[in-house]
Amino acid sequence: MTTLTAACAVFAIVILLIILSYIAVRGITSINLEFLVDTPKPVGEGGGIGNAIVGSVMMTLLATLIGLPIGIGAGVYMAEFGNNWFGSTVRFISDTLIGIPSIIIGIFIYTLVVLPMGRQSGLAGGLALAIIMIPIVARTTEEMIRLVPNSMREAALALGAPQWRVIWNIVLPAASAGIATGVMLAIARISGETAPLLFTALNSRFYNYFFDQPMSSLTVQIYNYATGPFDIEHNMAWAATLILVGLILTINIAVRYLTRKRF
Amino acid sequence: MSQTGTVGDKVFRVILFITAAIILLIVAVMIFMMVLNSMPTIRQFGFGFLTGREWKPALSEFGALPFIYGTIVSSLIALIISVPISLGIAIFLVEQAPKKIATPIAFMVELLAAIPSVVYGLWGIFVLAPFVRNYLGVFLENYLGWLPLFQGRLTGIGMLTGGIILALMITPIITAVVRDVFEAVPTTQREAALALGATKWETTQIVLGNASSGIAGAVVLGLGRALGETMAVTMVIGNSPQISASLFEPAYTIASVLAANFAEATDRLYLSALIEIGLVLFLVTFVVNALAKLLILSVTRGRASAKHT
Amino acid sequence: MSTKYSSGKKIIFVFLIFTVVCGLACSQQPIGQSNNLTGSSGSGTVSLLGKGASFPDPIYKKWVSEYGKVNPNIRIDYQSVGSGAGQKALLDKTADFGASDEAMSDEDLKKGDGEILHIPTVLGAVVITYNLADVKEPLKLSAETISDIYLGNIKKWNDERIKKDNPNLTLPDTDILPVYRADSSGTSAVFTDFLSKTVPAWKEKVGANKQPSWITGVGTGAPRNDGVMGQVKQTPNSIGYVELTFAKANNLPTAQIKNKAGNFVEASLEGVSAAAASSVGQMPEDLRVQITNAEGENAYPIASYTYILVYKNQPDAGKGKTLADFLWWAIHDGEKFTKDLHYAPLPTEIVKKAEAKINSMTAGGKPLRQ
Repeated sequence: MTTLTAACAVFAIVILLIILSYIAVRGITSINLEFLVDTPKPVGEGGGIGNAIVGSVMMTLLATLIGLPIGIGAGVYMAEFGNNWFGSTVRFISDTLIGIPSIIIGIFIYTLVVLPMGRQSGLAGGLALAIIMIPIVARTTEEMIRLVPNSMREAALALGAPQWRVIWNIVLPAASAGIATGVMLAIARISGETAPLLFTALNSRFYNYFFDQPMSSLTVQIYNYATGPFDIEHNMAWAATLILVGLILTINIAVRYLTRKRF
Repeated sequence: MSQTGTVGDKVFRVILFITAAIILLIVAVMIFMMVLNSMPTIRQFGFGFLTGREWKPALSEFGALPFIYGTIVSSLIALIISVPISLGIAIFLVEQAPKKIATPIAFMVELLAAIPSVVYGLWGIFVLAPFVRNYLGVFLENYLGWLPLFQGRLTGIGMLTGGIILALMITPIITAVVRDVFEAVPTTQREAALALGATKWETTQIVLGNASSGIAGAVVLGLGRALGETMAVTMVIGNSPQISASLFEPAYTIASVLAANFAEATDRLYLSALIEIGLVLFLVTFVVNALAKLLILSVTRGRASAKHT
Repeated sequence: MSTKYSSGKKIIFVFLIFTVVCGLACSQQPIGQSNNLTGSSGSGTVSLLGKGASFPDPIYKKWVSEYGKVNPNIRIDYQSVGSGAGQKALLDKTADFGASDEAMSDEDLKKGDGEILHIPTVLGAVVITYNLADVKEPLKLSAETISDIYLGNIKKWNDERIKKDNPNLTLPDTDILPVYRADSSGTSAVFTDFLSKTVPAWKEKVGANKQPSWITGVGTGAPRNDGVMGQVKQTPNSIGYVELTFAKANNLPTAQIKNKAGNFVEASLEGVSAAAASSVGQMPEDLRVQITNAEGENAYPIASYTYILVYKNQPDAGKGKTLADFLWWAIHDGEKFTKDLHYAPLPTEIVKKAEAKINSMTAGGKPLRQ
């Protein structure tokens, strides 16, 4: 039996290695400085993904700025005050929101933000990503805060500190390692999302630093290049994938390395 | 305690309450908007929308069955492939492998979940689809070709390829949850079984039995993920609204029809039809995820109590 | 606890660095200092967004790129999302201009917020392209054969009905995989319009539409011209319809199509121009026209104008002026890029009519170009 179960594990690892080696081998040949800083050009004239990198980073950043405070706040609420019907409801809804297909969130933001605004925008894209991020951060925060021993809270309260100071100065710092881990993984997750950006951020040919304009992203660019017919664009899709997957795996491995003592 | 303390506590609590309430608000508004926008088709077609087989926007005929069928079948293929593999990996990691090997392997399996959907799609188009067309499909056709499942045009683009991609994507998710569930089964049970003279494999079977509802939860969670997966499936499933017995034939899922057509629905009824199938997907994944959570909790909750006693 | 805390600090540190790097990356230009929001300020950058047809995407991409070189202060972005989505974007006002190969229907025109103009830009051919590695000579196809393939009546490449027109070719005994557009497409509209005009069974069963009622189980759908071409290129024994430039750029063969005069015609600029020539005289006032199955010995039968769609009365004078100037440039200077990209330039008479349309564009009641 051990052989069989070990074979399953080996199979999964082989698949991972096949995927990663394809990305590495096919991606590395098309990466150069021009590719990293240039904007898309008509087929056959070269071009690059500089604006897509900036767009992805900006929307991820916006999503983090929105998602982080709300997610952490909700997580603290669930952990510290959440032992009632409201807390359970939020917990339950967060868990199900994590599982809702991201394309649905794209549609939701399209009707809520894009139509009233009259155009696709980086703002809409960032909001869609934030909605994906919030429940992940909230649930991680809650779990991490619950790990903080009650004796720490009690000691601080006994010294006369108000509850909010206890949470802010004692509980949150103690849980910060775990929360940061969760946040990093959430960032890795949303930076790979495509479906919620299709109708919200659309795409753009230009470097765009304004959130009210359509914004390019690595993932949408990969999708467009991959589904098209042009070999040169396929190569660019692999190269863009190498950048994206490289970034995501780096975050995952870094988080794992920094937290390895706990496992 | 000082006055500022109580005021501060109140303000702090209210702020936290608002952030928590935002999550509820998002979901509430989401449901409201989707129901509101799908009213035209709900009124016009009623329940027939879900059972209709014809999807012809030009004639204002909207039957969602081919999409529901494609979504369910592709997810089932994914589960059939992925569940045994995931169970195998989890058993190996928790019950058999020494910690030194288990930790890095577990991490590598988790990395599979970190790869974005669109990357699976890219890989699917250029590596998996040709593989299915030239090797796997030919093999299935030769040895299982008497089954209607493996007859018909073998193009590499279709239900089977979509299902395999989904299987790769949900394997790490199911594995992770099953591992948690196994670890929640108290060690005392294993020790007891071994003490009674059970072999290692018999002991594992006992653990499997005790964790069964948690395993079911993991499977349901994987199902939820597979149902809503969009990009990778869109890129390899062939996007054709048909109900075919053959797994080689192209199909369509709810998520992929939304990705392909949502941006262009000029007609009010068409838009409404798309939002309504989005609503169906939303509700189904909602229920599936809730079920998964309850099943998993039934096992892991036991761990918490076991620890305390 | 102590080890956990120190690793926590490290993580926070890494996270901070990440945030700072991201922040720097984004702050090359201060966010919010946005003179291109309205696009109307005289000295600043003007941004225009167009969305629509994938059929002319290669030449539109070329145009906006070239136009940007001449006018560095003008940023025109064209996103290929399909004709249907282009028309919707104009109606929803989520773009400054739309693009479509199919003229908008009277019904859709009424949904617009004001009068919508159709500005023809170039002509193109919808070609039938296929992936048959061992067939070296171009395939000859009649409308009936194409229709039968897409209706599912012809299932194998070596079917008698295909062989009949191609006696010299050895066709494989393999299943045909027809590829069609999964999205709402002007290319589909042109393709189905041709078949509806020539084959009664097609008209009855599928019809002419941007998103026609494809026969269930016959083929597979892909988004945009790019997607159909990609699918055909990736899948042996498939067949699909795309704009000529996509097939040329990918070195895939194009079938010779039987035209109204009974000749098998290769898709070419000349064939497309010939198709347009026969109808120039009867061009309607609003320039909405179909030129499939045209008269003429050498006319390629699945040809089409492609349009940029704009509101006659532009909401913003600055943007409107930029748009009108760009359109003017496109139908004059832009036409010189058609040849390399395998589109046909507009006939001279049509350029005149398009000029009049562009000159009729206004903003706040004032004409934009005089």
